[in-house]
Amino acid sequence: MKEIDITKNDLVPKHTLLNDGEKLELFNQYEITLRQLPRILVNDPVVQNIGGKVGDVVKVVRKSPTAGEALYYRVIVRG
Amino acid sequence: MKVERIEFGIVSPEMVKGMSAAKITKTELYDQEGYPIEGGLMDPRLGVIDPGVRCRTCGGNMGECFGHFGFLELTRPVTHVHYSKIVFALLKVFCRKCSRILVDPRDMEKVKGRKLSFKEFVTLSKKKCPYCNTEQKKLKMIKPYTFIEGADTLNAAVVRERLEKITEEDLTLIGIKARPEWLVLTLLPIPPVTVRPSITLETGERSEDDLTHKLVDIVRINDRLKENIDLGAPDFIIEDLWELLQYHISTYFDNELSGVPPARHRSGRVLKTLSQRLKTKEGRFRGNLAGKRVNFSARTVISPDPKIDLDEVGVPKVIAKELTVPVRVNETNIENVKKLVLNGSENWPGANYVIRPDGRRKKITDMNKEEISNELTPGYVVERHLQDNDIVLFNRQPSLHRMSLMGHRVRVMPFKTFRMNLSVTTPYNADFDGDEMNLHVPQTEEAKVEAENLMMVPKHIRSPRFSGPIIGVIRDHITGLYLLTKDDVKLSRKEFTQIIRSIDTTIEMPDKETLTGKELFSLFLPKDLSLEFKSNSGELVVIENGKLVKGVVDKVAMGAESGKLIDKIEKLYGSEVAKKFIYNSARLAIEFLMKGGFSISISDQDLPDAARKEIAEIIEKIRKDVDDINRQYEKGELKLLVGRSPKESLNHMIKTVLRNGLNDVQKVLERHIKDNPTLAMVKSGARGSLVNMVQTAAMVGQEMVMGERIERGYYQRTFPHFKKGTVSLEATGFVSRGFKDGVTPFEFFFDAINSRESLMDKSLKTRHSGYMERRLVGALQDLKVEYDGTVRDSANRIIEFSPGEDGLDPSKIEKVGVDVRTIAKRI
Ligand SMILES: [Mg+2]
Ligand SMILES: [Zn+2]
Ligand SMILES: [Zn+2]
Repeated sequence: MKEIDITKNDLVPKHTLLNDGEKLELFNQYEITLRQLPRILVNDPVVQNIGGKVGDVVKVVRKSPTAGEALYYRVIVRG
Repeated sequence: MKVERIEFGIVSPEMVKGMSAAKITKTELYDQEGYPIEGGLMDPRLGVIDPGVRCRTCGGNMGECFGHFGFLELTRPVTHVHYSKIVFALLKVFCRKCSRILVDPRDMEKVKGRKLSFKEFVTLSKKKCPYCNTEQKKLKMIKPYTFIEGADTLNAAVVRERLEKITEEDLTLIGIKARPEWLVLTLLPIPPVTVRPSITLETGERSEDDLTHKLVDIVRINDRLKENIDLGAPDFIIEDLWELLQYHISTYFDNELSGVPPARHRSGRVLKTLSQRLKTKEGRFRGNLAGKRVNFSARTVISPDPKIDLDEVGVPKVIAKELTVPVRVNETNIENVKKLVLNGSENWPGANYVIRPDGRRKKITDMNKEEISNELTPGYVVERHLQDNDIVLFNRQPSLHRMSLMGHRVRVMPFKTFRMNLSVTTPYNADFDGDEMNLHVPQTEEAKVEAENLMMVPKHIRSPRFSGPIIGVIRDHITGLYLLTKDDVKLSRKEFTQIIRSIDTTIEMPDKETLTGKELFSLFLPKDLSLEFKSNSGELVVIENGKLVKGVVDKVAMGAESGKLIDKIEKLYGSEVAKKFIYNSARLAIEFLMKGGFSISISDQDLPDAARKEIAEIIEKIRKDVDDINRQYEKGELKLLVGRSPKESLNHMIKTVLRNGLNDVQKVLERHIKDNPTLAMVKSGARGSLVNMVQTAAMVGQEMVMGERIERGYYQRTFPHFKKGTVSLEATGFVSRGFKDGVTPFEFFFDAINSRESLMDKSLKTRHSGYMERRLVGALQDLKVEYDGTVRDSANRIIEFSPGEDGLDPSKIEKVGVDVRTIAKRI
């Protein structure tokens, strides 16, 4: 069967991993710890695709008809 | 501290003993002098219920001591009624001799790794013990707490013995963490006296709580049982007493057990025991924990007042004298406040209490009001009566959206109902058939400011649900504006002066002898407003520079939940202007209607003979067409529709014919009915529809159940009066007459079938959506938008980084796209 790259699908928003500096910046901006972020499972297909590990933070950029681009951050947790 | 987890379990006898402050042994409550007996049910170690007494256990006084448990040693074990079902299941799963699990280890192997439910264990249980080969007897449970094995009754002692022998290993296997024998009571915890306080009557007599009464019974029987056993009484007497003890303890837990007569008070009143305190709407959970009563609130019937403003609420004087607002006395207001105090609590506007700087409250009476008013200095707080223009919150249940609780300005009025403007009826979903509403008085400056800035009615003219105005003009107001703004309406100077001046005294009187309806309405429009839109009947409405030039003002322009004009005015001139405009328009409509009066008549739906003839022809044609279709179907010549069976095609085609027929009838009606009040209501969108008119005047049409013609009832026919297999229109729910002419009994019944379906649908749907709403509220209620713009829950976890991913307030966004034409015009 042909391998399908799901990130190419139009309905899958762009997921990128934050580096340590960006993570720290995010935590400082919202005055939060890792536990207070929304979550995403490690076995999520997109997370596996971009090689995310437990404890990493994913930045999700969604297209939105009202906001243009909507930002969302999720921490990767065990599935 | 963080709560890691909560575990629910059963209390062990050791725990009962451990948490107890006293062992209860005596049946009497008080001694000769009236003091509580030590070891009795009112033992002083169980807590304090009288003022001035210190607790023997913890040393606290009345408010400080929460009370302490005691315990009663039961002479014989007793089953806990609410656990008897579990006990029964356990008895069925474990061997009567060796208390090992009756499930074959090989069977267990088969389902390894999967968690089994209790029921599955029961079905897997063998008749013969796989460990000791004992034949198991048939077990039966008689309603609340009696177990029967074979022919013998199993008493609680035997049950407990068996449960005690169950191995830890077997328990983990079936997933029980506690010791099962704890389900059979040997010690009964005695609740603290603070849970069941006795009341001292005026006569000095003590009246005990229901729970205490029940406990006295238990202790007494427990004592008698012990005496009889010690005396070596015959078995049947002991059995009887034991059974009685079981009854009393069971009804102590739950006095509404089926198959058990409820325990009664000497007066014959049924006792309220533990379960009864928790259950039901008035119980501890729903009545005290989930819902609490609040102070500074009032509730009464609502009624309409056409001359009260949208953001006002009429408050009865009696209520205004009961509800208070705390006023901090200062140099500026001291004279005013003194006057209020001198008025006392009986005369409005007065004051009910003063709070001295040291925090002491004093009720203002006719006796002390002079004294108190002289004593007033800055720093005192006076709780004055509710007065005009105080900000209050007004609410109607079920509070399904935020407009169900809005801020209003008080207007104190005579009589006993809350008065409100008719236009705020829509956001509250209120009518005046006996509806009651609640009113709350904010007590702090912060609360008042918050209410004023966020909750006042004008701030809720636009709904976040559909980004348009939810408040508008209703019913007769719409009809009135429609009739006023129709072409060729002329008012004499005398007429329009009366109308204008009864609404607004500031409007400059036009220097004209006559005024058209459109001109009169335009007086209330902002001077630079320009707008174009389609009216309810699809015609163009043009407003140019504050003048209504063309078209009528109807539901589309002014109605609640639509209101194009209101929408525009709110957006361009703000909510206060919009509020004033809605109020003025409603008043204008009523004043105009009252010039000539407005009433509808059944004769509005009279049809001329020509129309009747046309309709009869249409019905005849429907009959013929349907007959043709039926004939074709029988012959098998019917042209099938794609993806439909012959029967489905037939029904679909017949339904199409009927629908078109009804449309044709409607067209005839539209052509023939002259302008009349009923039609004015329909055309303006105030009330009723053309379909309603067709159904009354001409023809009800096909009655449908679940979207199909009616074919149910008797075997192969809808009524026994028809031949089997009849396919005629009359026999399948077609009503060819109108309600005004009257329908046949069959037609009447078909209509009743349809009505009942829609009634059921409606009630089921509201219940369903109500529950959906509740679950949604439950899931979202403690989410809040923080100052950094994130949405967070109670644990400060981020739910969204921006509310609704765009941070837009739906009540403030434009509903339609960019209107290039009007913008171009403005430039
Ligand atoms: Mg009602
Ligand atoms: Zn105490
Ligand atoms: Zn056995």
